[in-house]
Amino acid sequence: MSIDMETARRVAKLARIRVEEDQLPALAGEFNAILGFVEQLSEVDVEGVEPMTSVTPQRLKRRVDVVNDGSQQDKVLANAPDAREGFFAVPKVVE
Amino acid sequence: MSDLNKLTIAGARDALRKGEVTAVELTSACLTAIEGADALGAFVHKTPDVANDMAVAADARIKSGDAPAMCGIPLGIKDLFCTKGVASQAGSRILEGFKPQYESTVTSNLFGSGAVMLGKLNMDEFAMGSSNETSCYGNAINPWRRDGSDADLTPGGSSGGSASAVAADLCLAATGTDTGGSIRQPAAFTGIVGIKPTYGRVSRWGVVAFASSLDQAGPMTKTVRDSAIMLSAMSGHDAKDSTSADLAVPDFEAMLTGDIRGKKIGIPKEYRMDGTPAEIEKLWAAGADMLRDAGAEIVDISLPHTKYALPAYYVIAPAEASSNLARYDGVRYGHRATLDAGEGIDDMYEKSRAEGFGHEVQRRVMIGTYVLSAGFYDAYYNRARKVRTLIKKDFEDVFATGVDAILTPATPSAAFGIGEMTDADPIQMYLNDVFTVTVNLAGLPGVSVPAGLDAQGLPLGLQLIGKPWEEGELLNIAHTLETATGFVSKPAKWW
Repeated sequence: MSIDMETARRVAKLARIRVEEDQLPALAGEFNAILGFVEQLSEVDVEGVEPMTSVTPQRLKRRVDVVNDGSQQDKVLANAPDAREGFFAVPKVVE
Repeated sequence: MSDLNKLTIAGARDALRKGEVTAVELTSACLTAIEGADALGAFVHKTPDVANDMAVAADARIKSGDAPAMCGIPLGIKDLFCTKGVASQAGSRILEGFKPQYESTVTSNLFGSGAVMLGKLNMDEFAMGSSNETSCYGNAINPWRRDGSDADLTPGGSSGGSASAVAADLCLAATGTDTGGSIRQPAAFTGIVGIKPTYGRVSRWGVVAFASSLDQAGPMTKTVRDSAIMLSAMSGHDAKDSTSADLAVPDFEAMLTGDIRGKKIGIPKEYRMDGTPAEIEKLWAAGADMLRDAGAEIVDISLPHTKYALPAYYVIAPAEASSNLARYDGVRYGHRATLDAGEGIDDMYEKSRAEGFGHEVQRRVMIGTYVLSAGFYDAYYNRARKVRTLIKKDFEDVFATGVDAILTPATPSAAFGIGEMTDADPIQMYLNDVFTVTVNLAGLPGVSVPAGLDAQGLPLGLQLIGKPWEEGELLNIAHTLETATGFVSKPAKWW
């Protein structure tokens, strides 16, 4: 399966990474090299094989449904690029 | 005592307990060594003041008679671990200036047992790389050089700074992390020991996530004994990591009996690959002979799906990375791009991530996005997860026949030159992990042990793979191999 420029552009958009137009052909080429390499997986007979969900056979632990954390607004905001009045600030989202 | 930075953990521990040396003296020796080693690019955030305070506290603790094995031991910490109030950037521009408000469980366990932090260590960006060349800090350099050459070599990756620092005696040991070989490959390239524990043995909480179903932290040390001591201190159940195993942590050091009589060691035929240098084949055979001489039984085994491990990894790891790295959006922490007039929130995401992530990280995030996207999820991601099931089953079938551990080469070559792979296809770089990546996919423990030097004077390692939760037995076999090879070489100091 070959990735064209249009697909590369779409993937970059989905990943929310800006890629300039003139970089798209090179990117598509790299995708094709890697996807060509993983194409070998289609040789494997996986009929009836379950996809792995957990590498160690374990059941995830449950905890009591109680509030056990919080009241750390200053710490939560400490590394924010733009925090104002106790909130994360972002550009306008809704017109 | 002189050259205190050259001590092992075990040696320093014994000297500290006898009062022959103080943690402050040990720490000072390491800080001096670090100051003189900027050419190695290993330490990227130095924390001498933190180190001195921790050393003073450790000395008080030792004096009071309450001294766990790691008390007063100066360590380097990979930049991937969140350390409270100390820069933790995962080698990425996107986390420039980030100072965690909390401590990772691993560093918390280590510091709780009295270990001293000397600073943060260089690494490939988000642990994606095998040469430490994708770091935002610049390259880490291997203290080893080819005989008669002054060309800089890579210490491997992604834990390149950790490997370089331990091999050059800048610290007594270091933390590393391993998603596809990132502890074992750099350990092999620098002549040190590194173990990736069973998935779930060590908590991932506070370790910047790359591929969550594969990531495990582990020690990188000068000897197998040191790995045993440090792994005991790092391990343990953690309610903050839902995949952390609720199992008692054995005293791994006490399991180093040196007795491996009757143990069955498997030699997988699929690890004999075209293009592997004859020296590595020879070293592998010699390692098997040494284990046989120590009383083990050597058996030929087959792991039929081995060749599909790297392709499966290069679907699963990027898929998980694309999801994990979605959090770097320029909102809560890390880099936010400057916006032009009229640009909105999508522009902020796209520009921040384009400016903050390096090329290899961008490539993997986008590959991951593609294999998870509608229409390709089954063909790539689900198929890779099915192949992963088969790879794990290969190992289960072998262990079911009574095999206790598996011996393989650690890497397909010795350390290569900085820049040598720059123009190569990315697949060439990925092949570095061909012997190690199966172990992450199967969730097993694997240890790299230095086993000899190649014709150019560079270290080569062998890998031992163990059964789940049997790190103690695995380290005992590794200890026997280490004793038999008698590897004691150190790089000649040029930095």
